[in-house]
Amino acid sequence: MSTYLGDVAALAHKDLKLELRARDTLPAMLLFVLSTLVVFHFALPADAGEDAAYGLLWVALVFTALLGLARAWVAEREAGALDGLVLAPSDRSAIWLGKSLATLAFLVAAELVALPAFVVFFEPLDAAALAGVVLASVGICTVGSLVSAMAAAARGREVLLPLLFLPLAIPLVVGGVGASISEEPGTYLAFLGLYDAVFAILSWAAFEYVVTE
Amino acid sequence: MGEPLLIRAAALEKRYGSRSVFRPLSFELPGRGTLVVTGPNGSGKTTLLRMLVGLAAPTRGTLEVALDRGRVGYVGHEPILYRELTALENLDLFGRLYRVPERRERIGMLLERFGLWDVRGDRVGTYSRGMTQRLALCRALLHDPELLVLDEPHSALDEDGAALLDAELASLAESHALVVATHEPARVESLATQRLALERT
Repeated sequence: MSTYLGDVAALAHKDLKLELRARDTLPAMLLFVLSTLVVFHFALPADAGEDAAYGLLWVALVFTALLGLARAWVAEREAGALDGLVLAPSDRSAIWLGKSLATLAFLVAAELVALPAFVVFFEPLDAAALAGVVLASVGICTVGSLVSAMAAAARGREVLLPLLFLPLAIPLVVGGVGASISEEPGTYLAFLGLYDAVFAILSWAAFEYVVTE
Repeated sequence: MGEPLLIRAAALEKRYGSRSVFRPLSFELPGRGTLVVTGPNGSGKTTLLRMLVGLAAPTRGTLEVALDRGRVGYVGHEPILYRELTALENLDLFGRLYRVPERRERIGMLLERFGLWDVRGDRVGTYSRGMTQRLALCRALLHDPELLVLDEPHSALDEDGAALLDAELASLAESHALVVATHEPARVESLATQRLALERT
């Protein structure tokens, strides 16, 4: 188990190091989420109400995550590095888990900028809304890392990724918006937790078949 | 009693859709020996090698490789390295994943042997193609594999690098099994114990 977790940590650390050097994912995510919120601020009518604002927050977060996921496997694809990871005797699911953790780190960094900006432009966020963001982010990264690996191997990857990811993200948006606006957010948070658990297990088990021909 | 078999392929086929990559192949390779695979571009050399290392599955026939994947070394068309990491960082990452004992010593020894020690801290993206190929060979040899599968290993190497590789292969062939796909069969002719000539289908 400690070897497995060591592999996961080494792979996630490698992704963070690559991003620190290349800086081609996180800056794009930060700029995108901020500019999207600014556009929404001016586009949303003054009397639209807080429910609409929370909906727009989730649109911004999901598409920001999509931007990060689109670049998640670029370094592995560039010089065939994924082959080396797949051939290693370590458990192949460690590749997926390391990538999910690195993607989660980028998404959380984008959210640390986006959420204060949302509060400034729109509405305050309560604890339930923040818990919804955390749980949905975990779901986005677990399922997103799997489908982005599938898309990375395909020819039309730019089109395929949104086609695969967005339908799977709908329950996360429902849960996240529900946790933000509902009087009883517990149900929505439990739903998000269940989604995370189910899709983490499915992605963990399926990854091996995604990366071999 | 002869050497135990390391690879046994029987009526091996690979198809992408309706297109067959090569005609059904049957061959065996013992634990020590060198299989040289030749053929024109598009004859399926790379596909065959990817099947041998487990990166692609046969469509029909059987392929048995009597080794865990961690005992196989592979040099493909791509260097299988991260361009934004240094040589040391690449080898350290793969050394960890391949469970290389005393990996720092092993990495240092390989970088010295392949003439890359002085540039160990440079990013791989700044390397020439020949240097990248040398580093790819270091990566493939890092875990001291029992079976080494090499796809055009001499490509991009200058004469010094190619001579170094020839000497390395000659040394490895004494105790390891090698599969080498090449357009320059003369370079590995002296090592070849078996030959497989593929043709376009």
